Amino acid sequence: MSAPPKISIRGLKKHFGLKKVLDGIDLDVGVGESVVIIGGSGTGKSVLLKCILGLLEADGGSIKIDGQEVVGLRSAEREKINRKFGMLFQSAALFDSLSVWENVAFGLIQGQKMARKEAKEIAVTNLAQVGLAREVGELSPAELSGGMRKRVGLARAIATTPEIIFFDEPTTGLDPIMSDVIDKLIVKCVRELGATGVSITHDMKSARQIANRIAMLHEGKIIWQGPVSDIDRDTNPYVDQFVHGRADGPIQMQVRK
Amino acid sequence: MTNPLAIIGRIFLHFLGVVGRIAMFTGVSVSHCFRPPWFPALIGRQMLDIGYFSLPVVGLTALFTGMVLALQSYTGFARFSAEGAVATVVVLSVTRELGPVIAGLMVAGRIGASMAAEIGTMRVTEQIDALTTLSTNPYKYLVAPRLIAGLTMLPLLVVVADIIGVFGGYIVGVYKLGFNPAAYLKRTFDYLEFMDVFSGLVKAGAFGFLISLMGCYHGYNSEGGAQGVGRATTNAVVSASILILIFNYAITEIFFATR
Ligand SMILES: Nc1ncnc2c1ncn2[C@@H]1O[C@H](COP(=O)(O)OP(=O)(O)OP(=O)(O)O)[C@@H](O)[C@H]1O
Ligand SMILES: [Mg+2]
Repeated sequence: MSAPPKISIRGLKKHFGLKKVLDGIDLDVGVGESVVIIGGSGTGKSVLLKCILGLLEADGGSIKIDGQEVVGLRSAEREKINRKFGMLFQSAALFDSLSVWENVAFGLIQGQKMARKEAKEIAVTNLAQVGLAREVGELSPAELSGGMRKRVGLARAIATTPEIIFFDEPTTGLDPIMSDVIDKLIVKCVRELGATGVSITHDMKSARQIANRIAMLHEGKIIWQGPVSDIDRDTNPYVDQFVHGRADGPIQMQVRK
Repeated sequence: MTNPLAIIGRIFLHFLGVVGRIAMFTGVSVSHCFRPPWFPALIGRQMLDIGYFSLPVVGLTALFTGMVLALQSYTGFARFSAEGAVATVVVLSVTRELGPVIAGLMVAGRIGASMAAEIGTMRVTEQIDALTTLSTNPYKYLVAPRLIAGLTMLPLLVVVADIIGVFGGYIVGVYKLGFNPAAYLKRTFDYLEFMDVFSGLVKAGAFGFLISLMGCYHGYNSEGGAQGVGRATTNAVVSASILILIFNYAITEIFFATR
């Protein structure tokens, strides 16, 4: 890669109490690249994204966005950096005091000071892209199904056309057809709009569709990363077990027999 | 572990930690009250919630407080034939003390709880995180409007509480204790000074600020799902109520000294 990476993480550490969640993460994401992070439930994938966004404070290591160090950044400068980001939360995290379209248009109205009418039109377009009709825009988030909430969250994340977009399990809870639509939408955002994407998914089919590169997180470290084409050919036993979803292998799930 | 000095020391350190965190939270929140952008629509909604929708509760409690005050002070003053002072005692007690404190405690229960629950739910469902990623500062968007509304609306509520409280005293004085209406009113206003009302309104402003501050602080820092939000709600109401009584004494003392 000749251009400097959009996101560059070195030795990132984060623990909660005695529990080490991230234990020295090294990861680069190039401009316009789409990286998918895979890994078992509870390995710290969501925590990693929140550390990059500054929602959680890293205990150590370095995170550079466009070459600028963001660990320990003051809040005013952090706000400036955050304008580059869009984020789909795992739980969607819709504002329940606002209607659906106001949720989608929030970043445009509050962040970019766009007029409400104009922002609403963009919101409706974005909702259409995730397969939701204009009327849905008038509902409140409490009136939506889980999958619909997820899609509204996705529409909100891409509405401001950010430079970097994070998708935390974008297709979990969606039917296979809608999953495919969302995968294609993510690819479109990244390829056509030139954004840089980092996605978390448990669905290997959508990982193959979305990713240029896949990174696997296990016990606080990136234990494998490489182009999508390599994932099926790789001999790494952890990756092999995860990709084929086998209960037996080097990854021990914390369940009592 | 069992050394009592160590336990006291630990509690004291914990207390200092909490005070420090609240002070920092207050500093950041207040600084956002003075810096644009402001959110007039949000401030308006909070004002409506705190000011207008608290009117029935505050009015009702003020009415009965004024009424019982007239009865009780009559009982006391009748023992040394000073019944004429009832009207004056009612108006001074209500404006200086009971109006602000009763309105404050009532609003603490109503508004402090709902603020902590709303902001706490936003915290545990990651909505506050989402605000940040949408380049909106949660202090500015959530906390500042509530502080401004609390600070401005409580004095207005207390003006209403003062009027209704005095009216309650008047009803009992005239219809039960047999005072002459005109004489009662004259007694009410003859000895009332500007500082009586003013000190009460200063208290009200402080209480309104404290209620919003506690609601926001506990909501903002809640963790651990529905249970955590429940705990935040309780803490908000209890801490606001205690602070109201402490500040009530402190402010009274200041006005007492500058009499
Ligand atoms: N705020 C927090 N306080 C304490 N522990 C936390 C907190 N957030 C996350 N954790 C812990 O960090 C670990 C990683 O959590 P994280 O949400 O990143 O998992 P994940 O990889 O996203 O899993 P999933 O695929 O199930 O979403 C978990 O074990 C969790 O218990
Ligand atoms: Mg997760």
